[in-house]
Amino acid sequence: MIKKNIVILILLAINCSAYSVSQKSELVEKYKAVGSINNTASLQRGAKYFINYCSGCHSLKYMRMSTMAQDLGIGEEFFSKNLIFSNKKIGDTMTISMRESDSERWFGAIPPDLSLIARSKGVDFLYAYLNTYYEDDNSRTGYNNVAYPNTSMPHILAGLQGRQKLVLDSNNNPVGLDKISEGLYSEIEYRELTNDISNFLLYVSEPAKLRRYSIGFWVLMFIFIFTIMAYYTKKEFWKDVH
Amino acid sequence: MSEIREKSQPSGVIGWIDARLPILSFIRDHLTHYYAPKNFNFWYFFGSLAFLILFLQIFTGIFLAMHYKPDANLAFDSIEFIMRDVNLGWLIRYMHSSGASAFFIVIYLHMFRALMYGSFKKPRELIWLFGVFIYLALMAEAFMGYLLPWGQMSFWGAQVIINLFTTIPFIGPELGIWIRGDFAISDPTLTRFYALHIVAVPMVILLLVILHLAALHTVGSNNPDGVEIKKNKDENGVPIDGIPFHPYYTVKDFVGIGVFLFLFSLTVFFMPEMGGYFLEHANFIPANPLVTPEHIAPIWYFTPFYSILRCIPDPAYGALAMALSIVVLFFLPWIDNNPIKSIRYRSTLFKINLFVFVLSFFVLGVLGFKSVTPLYSALALRFSEMYFIFFALLFFYNKPRENLFSYLYSGTIIFLIAIYDISRINSDNYFIVLIGLSFIFIFIIFMTISPLYSNLNKEKEVPDRVTG
Repeated sequence: MIKKNIVILILLAINCSAYSVSQKSELVEKYKAVGSINNTASLQRGAKYFINYCSGCHSLKYMRMSTMAQDLGIGEEFFSKNLIFSNKKIGDTMTISMRESDSERWFGAIPPDLSLIARSKGVDFLYAYLNTYYEDDNSRTGYNNVAYPNTSMPHILAGLQGRQKLVLDSNNNPVGLDKISEGLYSEIEYRELTNDISNFLLYVSEPAKLRRYSIGFWVLMFIFIFTIMAYYTKKEFWKDVH
Repeated sequence: MSEIREKSQPSGVIGWIDARLPILSFIRDHLTHYYAPKNFNFWYFFGSLAFLILFLQIFTGIFLAMHYKPDANLAFDSIEFIMRDVNLGWLIRYMHSSGASAFFIVIYLHMFRALMYGSFKKPRELIWLFGVFIYLALMAEAFMGYLLPWGQMSFWGAQVIINLFTTIPFIGPELGIWIRGDFAISDPTLTRFYALHIVAVPMVILLLVILHLAALHTVGSNNPDGVEIKKNKDENGVPIDGIPFHPYYTVKDFVGIGVFLFLFSLTVFFMPEMGGYFLEHANFIPANPLVTPEHIAPIWYFTPFYSILRCIPDPAYGALAMALSIVVLFFLPWIDNNPIKSIRYRSTLFKINLFVFVLSFFVLGVLGFKSVTPLYSALALRFSEMYFIFFALLFFYNKPRENLFSYLYSGTIIFLIAIYDISRINSDNYFIVLIGLSFIFIFIIFMTISPLYSNLNKEKEVPDRVTG
């Protein structure tokens, strides 16, 4: 009876997440990324988008390009030719050349390094962030964001997404976003693009994740067989204990 | 004994060594002719598992130390270097970080076993004392280790804990500076924590583990029946209910190790963050003294004590309560004097008491993650009181109590709790205070007065020999 109660309590504890307290708006909760780091095509597209749209300002200072080329199935030569825009070598990490003092002057804040952003903020946050920009005349850049209010980053992808307006309910809570004008991409295409970028950043936050699942499987198999053998050995040894 | 030794005097290399170093007699005394009760159950795996984890932590720690840089400017980067560029560095790091949590899970279960079966009682008081010292050293080790990744939670968690020491009257502020080596947590703090984490505290732990085991092997293990197997010996002086530790318990422990390693690998390979419990999300942001995280929660194994700390608004008294909650463990063998060791033969009320204690510790742990709200802090206060009431009741159940003593004893506890509540009650909180207070009253009265009118405190007869 007590044992059963303890098990139930433990299950309950695991169930209620440690950080369920943070207050997210319901609108942000609607944006869930379909993150799967095993989807290599998505990671490749994400890498392409990131390098083209984001890497001017955001570094991935822990991400070695050779590791990325290998993990994403991109040939090193192809990678060097198409995805490195400076005189960097493939064995370098993805730092940027923009000076921090400049960026602070231009944007009011230093664009953060994004190597670990998916681990600290979560992949759903990134997806929501890229999707919930709206026009706001009171902000410096002309844009504001639901997932990360008063962000200092301008809406880099506005040309692709189109312009959005925030819809508020009677209590001034954000309830939705209205398209004012169409962008280059359709709604679905834009969602796929932002999902690919989020997914790519999920990979960047922990490249080892690609490897640890497959190694883990074999380790578990080995330990499983070991345990069964240990169990029958124990049984044999304990035959004469009464 | 000496006769056996002479008969089996070996020759060859082993014999040569044994003549100079007593390896064979050591193996004999501590493995092949060390008799352990034959009725160990599930709860007896955790001693050897703790030993295994200690070994794993030292082993993985050595490899981490080869790549880690104890420097405030390099520490965070060096961890990511280990995670990405060192061969299997991620595995070593996850084993070490999950190992810390596994260590505490195993130690908590190990301590619970001692509470259940009275393993801390005469003649095993010293084993328990060394054990509590190991637990203390382990907390220091884990706390200092958690600073090393130099993430936001490392920094702010350390800030909270070191601030505890600054609440000590008179010497507090100076003590804080002495611990940090600076006016704020910074590079000197990191380097000294590194030195303590990888050299000083592990040596203390190893020494204490040796003492813990030496004391254990002097008096022998307790068992789920709480019967001394050394009281029933056969003509050769071997306990009738004992079996040699090797091979019986070595092969049995391998099964436990197998199950443990399976669960451990499941964590390491598939959920090393454990949803933010083993590796906190905010710790993937480098330490920044200028930005306070919106929510500072200590790592899970400290949260019960963190709740006790926060349940009293005055930080000095909160810190005192927290210190007491650990210090009281040292006195356990003298608080619980009841001659019956095992829960199997103790009263229903003892079982309820122990269950409520485990529940309180668990609830305090959960509350330690939450931000403070009036409801949560009221709950934390009541369950902290329950934590201490457990020990008061343990003492009460030492022997059958007289009517007068029962009434006086429960009256005193209720009086002490009520005084504190009266001192803080006001028009805003009177409802929540009165509800909490009445729950505590009912519990104490039930636990102390009901034995006078029922069989709830009736204990069972302890058998002479172990059962099954």
